[in-house]
Amino acid sequence: MLQSAPFFRWSYVTSNWGQIQSNLVQQIELSLIALVIGTVISVPLGTLAARYRSVRVPVFSVASALYIMPSLALFALLGGITGYVPPRSWVTAEVALVGYTLLILIWNTVAGLNAVPADAREAGVALGYSRREVLLRVEFPLALPYIFAGLRVASATVIGLVTVTALIGLGGLGQQFTYGFAISYSTPIIVGLVLSIALAALADLLLLGVERLVVPWARPTRRAGKAVA
Amino acid sequence: MSVFARLFDWFTSSANWSGTSGIPQLTFRSLELSVVVVGTALLLGGGLGITLGHRGRGGLIATNAANAFRAVPTLALLTLLAIQPSISLKWDGFLASWIALTVLAIPPILTNSFVGIREVDADVRDSARGLGLSGLQMLGRVELPLAVPFLMAGIRTAAIEVVATSTLAAYVSYSDLGNYVITGLDTQNTVLATAGAILVGLLAAVVAGVCTVLGRLASPRHLRGAARGPFQAALSVERVRADI
Repeated sequence: MLQSAPFFRWSYVTSNWGQIQSNLVQQIELSLIALVIGTVISVPLGTLAARYRSVRVPVFSVASALYIMPSLALFALLGGITGYVPPRSWVTAEVALVGYTLLILIWNTVAGLNAVPADAREAGVALGYSRREVLLRVEFPLALPYIFAGLRVASATVIGLVTVTALIGLGGLGQQFTYGFAISYSTPIIVGLVLSIALAALADLLLLGVERLVVPWARPTRRAGKAVA
Repeated sequence: MSVFARLFDWFTSSANWSGTSGIPQLTFRSLELSVVVVGTALLLGGGLGITLGHRGRGGLIATNAANAFRAVPTLALLTLLAIQPSISLKWDGFLASWIALTVLAIPPILTNSFVGIREVDADVRDSARGLGLSGLQMLGRVELPLAVPFLMAGIRTAAIEVVATSTLAAYVSYSDLGNYVITGLDTQNTVLATAGAILVGLLAAVVAGVCTVLGRLASPRHLRGAARGPFQAALSVERVRADI
């Protein structure tokens, strides 16, 4: 029967909506946790790396190595310690996903801070700001468009990668891929694919919107372009 | 016995070094798939990127389309292709993985080759034209050599991604080094999964290193280091992405 199944069958969506919904929720949870933790680690590390060479070299070496490591291999390696099946594989998945955000976010934080014009910094000093105030009131706000550009790339990357965690019992929408594959049925795969792309697009729009609110003086798209030049 | 001792045993057991599921054969299969995929992507994506860059037109549409493909999870493509009866059994599962991974490899190569050609200074182009170079001569003697660092960065990004994702090919159709990882995860065999992860990680690191060296050797001397490192490559791509 499945051999002759059509490429897409709408009734699958309506009769399995509960399952699809819970996959979608898990996809959002997995991605969001990774992005939040990644940002919390990367922005301070990037700030230190922008200032001190002794921090920059080891930080970028580790982050690059993590970035090159195939995701499945990283899940397998970490899983040896933190577990291959849920609930323990949540830790495995998050550690690896955070690992992939680091290079992108640290790089953009450093690029953003390095791009702060010396004039702006001097103006801060002239106003009597301490070094910390210059960082918080002058440098960070000016680096924000770059950090947002990094966040947009990181969110697209993470949302795609989360589906691979289906192989350690999680996966969010990736569950639809493995399910469809197991029973040779294309509809679940297409459902997961479409929702996953839609989620990535939505996350991108959301980040753009937040950036407009937080950095009203910069036109996000143009700055984002510059951020990674 | 500790995991380390069992890992050592696994790596030193002669059974794992011979036959169709031995380390040398599976490493070869991973490399074979990756080389064919990157070659195809270079032909399609590189060809298109260079042509559009040279003409200076239609590039934004192409790079945006390419970037839209980047949001496609490869696992979805792999599973979808691997269950199509006409594709799944072709060439021992090679065809399904070949197509899916090529889709993944095209965007970085396409965007980087396009950006590389567009980045050529307008003055340089003018002087080439002033010297009487034809369009094709300008492409071959001026634009392409100057675009090499970008092109190589794109190839490097693509190669790293493809080697990484070739592990997923083992899940659906094609036996390669990913077999160890997939089987290890499936059976919760820590030793097998870890051993596979070490092998795949090593392969990815070697491929990244080889691409870096090749990129430096292929670039014009004064441009060496102009586009270096995985992030540099990723970023030159993302710039176009962010301009959408």
